[in-house]
Amino acid sequence: MNPAYSVILFTTSSGAGYGLLFWLACVVLLGDASATGGLASAGLFMALALVTVGLLSSTLHLGRPERAWRAVTQWQTSWLSREGVLALATYVPAGLWFLMQWLWPSVWWPLPVVLAVLAAIGAMATVWCTGMIYQSLPTIRAWSEPIVTPIYVLLSLASGATLMALLQAVSGSPWRLMAVLAALLLMAAAGAKWLYWRRIDTAPRDWTVERATGLGRIGRVRPLEPPHTQPNFVMREMGYAVARKHAGALRWLALGAGFVIPALLFVLAATLPGGPPTLAAALATLGVAAGVLAERWLFFAEAQHVVTLYYGAERA
Amino acid sequence: MTALPLATEKKLGLVIDLDTCVGCQACATSCKEWNDGGYSAPLSDEAPYGPDPFGAWLNRVHSFEAGEGTDSRTVHFPRSCLHCETPACVTVCPTGASYKRGEDGIVLVNPDTCIGCKLCSWACPYGAREYDYTHGVMKKCTLCIDRIYNETLDPVDRQPACVRACPTGARHFGDLGDDESAVSKLVRQRGGYDLLPEMGYKPTNKYLPPRPRSVVRSTSRPVTETMPAPDGSAAERLFAWIDKVLSA
Repeated sequence: MNPAYSVILFTTSSGAGYGLLFWLACVVLLGDASATGGLASAGLFMALALVTVGLLSSTLHLGRPERAWRAVTQWQTSWLSREGVLALATYVPAGLWFLMQWLWPSVWWPLPVVLAVLAAIGAMATVWCTGMIYQSLPTIRAWSEPIVTPIYVLLSLASGATLMALLQAVSGSPWRLMAVLAALLLMAAAGAKWLYWRRIDTAPRDWTVERATGLGRIGRVRPLEPPHTQPNFVMREMGYAVARKHAGALRWLALGAGFVIPALLFVLAATLPGGPPTLAAALATLGVAAGVLAERWLFFAEAQHVVTLYYGAERA
Repeated sequence: MTALPLATEKKLGLVIDLDTCVGCQACATSCKEWNDGGYSAPLSDEAPYGPDPFGAWLNRVHSFEAGEGTDSRTVHFPRSCLHCETPACVTVCPTGASYKRGEDGIVLVNPDTCIGCKLCSWACPYGAREYDYTHGVMKKCTLCIDRIYNETLDPVDRQPACVRACPTGARHFGDLGDDESAVSKLVRQRGGYDLLPEMGYKPTNKYLPPRPRSVVRSTSRPVTETMPAPDGSAAERLFAWIDKVLSA
């Protein structure tokens, strides 16, 4: 599948924003005083900015962005529509919560708590829908794995926890708990991705050109003449394939720089006395950003669409 | 609406005969010609000429080679929308621009409400949908909805442009929901089949397999013609001498 940069940026940025929103809400629920001050305002601003940048980026993928509002109408059948509805709905509690933090930071109970709970639920439901958009497509074997949506949620939580730890470290709030949590989530994400890659590498690729054409009854089928001299839309959009060698290198980069090293940085900074939390968290954030972007790029580039069978692929 | 109709009154579709298709591309070009001015016009070509031509077409004809040795054969394989009974291209559509008609089962895109997100093209296993970069919306086979019900056309022309254009009669149009229709009978007679039935999309269009090859086996040795040998006559020797003199 062609890795569309607008969609990669959208899922990475919005995923981190929704994860941060979730952890901000958790901190509020735990009654942490730091979540009612400037940290909460800054965190909410950052989360909403990331979400908004992502959603705006996703409209760049559209041929008719001015009609994007229509995408909220088909929530009965379409995961993409559900994602749109939930993304917009989440703005309501998250936006009100942000306004309250900003204008009346002294108001504590119970309105911000209610808004935070609603925002957290909306954030995770939105990310769940994002994963389901891909997982619900039977045409792309690597995406219809049942672990796909949990990984989207896990990566959102892990990148959000990384940002939360960074915010706490920068603002001088207690940050060790969140750093350890981020490290655990990052290691869990690394494990889940490793499982996913092992799964797509070993899954039987039993869609064949013989089955796609129904000509297996005659014998082996191979392409003789393509229908056109140059790649068409279907080949450009669905025919993109990354060389296996590069995919392998990128996987290690995503796992190492994106998940394992940031997790180690968090653990070291949280356990070593006098560790520089801000520097560690900042480095970890950069690593996670690069890692999730690489992971998302691979998610597209490694996925093979069944339509490629008509265009020379023997199996899918 | 992206919710699918529980049942459609008719199941209009195509039956494509892989035995008689000669891969002439007449259906594809006729389709392009009609639909560039039809329901979802324009059917744009980003780059119609030059070294890297590119544009949206609704019908593509592949050629495959199938089988081995003397049993191998060339099979021309037209590929367009199959107007599935449970098309995921419709249910994934976030705007309702994609829909399946309850009256005849035709799957359409409303070009006025499509946002061009391309998700439907990801959901289609058959590569039936192509994106029109100039128009910014998705294009697909309309089963020539603007021909088949068009009372200003002669009755003989009220069928899809591809069917009308096919010089070998390899494309048939009709109601596959009616067991007694000509297309349904044809499918029964010839063992018409679905493409990728395991995907669960329940295509309406059917493909007729190439007929079994009729092999004529002869036991007699092939007859070869032999040239007459020189007979050594005086006249022959005379002309040989003249030829030699003139060639010297």
